[in-house]
Amino acid sequence: MNRFLKVSLVATLCAALLLAAGCGGGSTQSGEQNNTSSQTQTETQTPSSGESTTSTSSEKQVEIFSWWTGAGEAAGLEGLIQLFKEKHPDIEVINAAVAGGAGTNAKAVLASRMSGGNPPDTFQVHAAHELLDTWVAADKMEPLNFLYEQEGWYDVFPKGLVEMMSKDGNVYSVAVNIHRGNVVFYNKKIFDENNITPPTTFDEFFTVAETLKAKGITPLALGDKEPWTALQLFESVLLGTMGPDKYNGLFDGSVAWDDPGVREALDIFHRMLQYINEDHSARNWQDASQLVAEGKAAMNLMGDWAKGYFTTDLGLKPNEDFGWFTSWNTEGTFMFISDTFGLPKDIKHRDATIEFLKVLGSKEGQDVFNPLKGSIPARTDADVSKYDVYSQQAMQDWSTNKLTPSIAHGSAASPGWTEKIQQVVTVFATTGDVDQALSDLVTAAQEELK
Amino acid sequence: MKAERLERFVPFLMVLPSIILIAIFVYGFIGWTGYVSLSNWNTFVPDLSFAGFKNYIYMFKDFRFQSDLRNTLFFSVLFIGSCLVIGLALAVLVDQKLRAASFFRNVYLFPMALSFVVTGVVWQWILNPSTGVNLLLKALGMKNTPLWYVSTRIIPAISVGRIKFGLPVAILAVIIAGVWQQSGFAMATYLAGLQAIPDEVREAASVDGATEWQKFRYVILPMLRPMTITITIMLAHVSLKTFDLVYAMTGPGAGYVTDVPGVYMFETSFRGNHFANGAVIAMVMLICSAIVTVPYLLGRGRRDLGDVDIN
Repeated sequence: MNRFLKVSLVATLCAALLLAAGCGGGSTQSGEQNNTSSQTQTETQTPSSGESTTSTSSEKQVEIFSWWTGAGEAAGLEGLIQLFKEKHPDIEVINAAVAGGAGTNAKAVLASRMSGGNPPDTFQVHAAHELLDTWVAADKMEPLNFLYEQEGWYDVFPKGLVEMMSKDGNVYSVAVNIHRGNVVFYNKKIFDENNITPPTTFDEFFTVAETLKAKGITPLALGDKEPWTALQLFESVLLGTMGPDKYNGLFDGSVAWDDPGVREALDIFHRMLQYINEDHSARNWQDASQLVAEGKAAMNLMGDWAKGYFTTDLGLKPNEDFGWFTSWNTEGTFMFISDTFGLPKDIKHRDATIEFLKVLGSKEGQDVFNPLKGSIPARTDADVSKYDVYSQQAMQDWSTNKLTPSIAHGSAASPGWTEKIQQVVTVFATTGDVDQALSDLVTAAQEELK
Repeated sequence: MKAERLERFVPFLMVLPSIILIAIFVYGFIGWTGYVSLSNWNTFVPDLSFAGFKNYIYMFKDFRFQSDLRNTLFFSVLFIGSCLVIGLALAVLVDQKLRAASFFRNVYLFPMALSFVVTGVVWQWILNPSTGVNLLLKALGMKNTPLWYVSTRIIPAISVGRIKFGLPVAILAVIIAGVWQQSGFAMATYLAGLQAIPDEVREAASVDGATEWQKFRYVILPMLRPMTITITIMLAHVSLKTFDLVYAMTGPGAGYVTDVPGVYMFETSFRGNHFANGAVIAMVMLICSAIVTVPYLLGRGRRDLGDVDIN
């Protein structure tokens, strides 16, 4: 009896300890992420973190911070590192990648490293506002104008892209790759069997959706367990109703958010949600793409990383198993998502980092990385023969289309504004209250555009 | 005389380091968070100018925060209630002189050894409406299988502020996972309580002619009161501060039906750079936890708890 009592008391105490540990969960998480990031680094990291390293040995390193840990992207990064090593065998590369989709974990780790005075030599960041309104605003980044002039990059990157990465005439990062956001992927078999041609306008979409729904096929797949996918659908609709110029104007204050186009976009978006899979909030984007791959759903609006998922992970053939079209009413516009790298101030290995950025921005570097990652190069002079049929078409569009930034991927607006738009869309998706959503969007713009 | 003074001084000296550390790292940072919540720091670059209660007003008008408060209320009440009932039932069962009592004791206690993240991921799979336990239910002939955490229904959906007030059906899935993990803790605590009750008390009740049920209701249950208070306090501050279980299992959910303040705090601070708003959430969570625990610690709780350490 007494022994049982003791055992139980010990168990209770253990429980208390566990609970106490659980309560600290929020704060220990970033610590754990730090651990994982340092585990992926090579052993050579240890001397550099010591304070007494001499300047000569520290010059021979470059630490690259990213969230490229998935299949294709990790291979692409590895390819880049190999290329860099061939050119600079004396420089040690430290691959500090932090796992987690869309970089949400990595960003938290980055923030703690930057504010702790231990910046990585260079880090992955989405083009435009994600960088400009954070680290550039905090005066932690060095302008790269000298590098752009020296390497002739002003001529090979699209002017629209360079402008979006610049503030007060200074450009702050080097774009490695381009993904497209306004693409709809569809199941070719379903379309063929039902004699459907890709719907390019909203009206056509609703006609097609009605036909498919009547036959028991989910017209549109959505996986918004991570809510950015719903925002990406909304921004593509918004681009379709506003057109590229007015869409871009929403983010510099020249177009008001109570514009009729925004209301129309909300209406269409809400109507579209009647044609999605019921379990959308239990799925992430891969699960939604999979519905299309398996023939359970007909269409899925997703960035063209979904193409990589179809071809690499699921072994489907482009134009045979799946097809794609530019999202409704957005032909001639390229909504881009771009990963870029910059040069933080006060880093330990500035010279080696500049060498790495040169490789990143070079034609050779971009042609090594992008075919593996499944994206297209940000440069317009890349070697087309190295890319698949989808990418070749996208590259064509990239050099001719109008460019618009993505909200969902942090290029169009500051992180704070993006978060607020995200909340409005998430709430709107269930309530369907257009007036409330509009007034919330207007308020958010007023607060954040100051 | 001198030795006496030293004797009084030494204990103070011994606890001084921990007082200093706690003063800085607990109360200092609570104070700092409190200040940030009253500042204008809603941008990436710190702006610590004083803003008054602007952020508090903003948050309490916010759809997502209102949903969080509703969800936390229902989550806490149902989670703690279920843990108490199930824990007590299990404890009474295991306390019977069954042959395999120690085996079952371990079985029920075991989920507690897992982290909430593991629990969340596993239950996310089990309760997935298209691949999980619903396949089993369909095989058994059930037509309208439950939507679990995907449901956006709120019962009874009374309009309060910007939200519909009521029980979000989706949060039940999270409660199931939480109860699965924590009812073992309630069982262990109750078991300790049951085994601390001397046999003489039960025998005396039997001599007085009490039935088994009366013995339980009027003798055993009142004597388990300290255990109930311990469990309630411990689980209350788990449920008020939940983050990992929800983050791993469902995320904020469609229309924020499974969102909790911890998740909102993390996302708004570190994704949206709204640090002052995040600090507001932290302060509200602190106040809620304090409301639940402090009265028990100050008042009769101190006597009831004996020397059980809350932290």
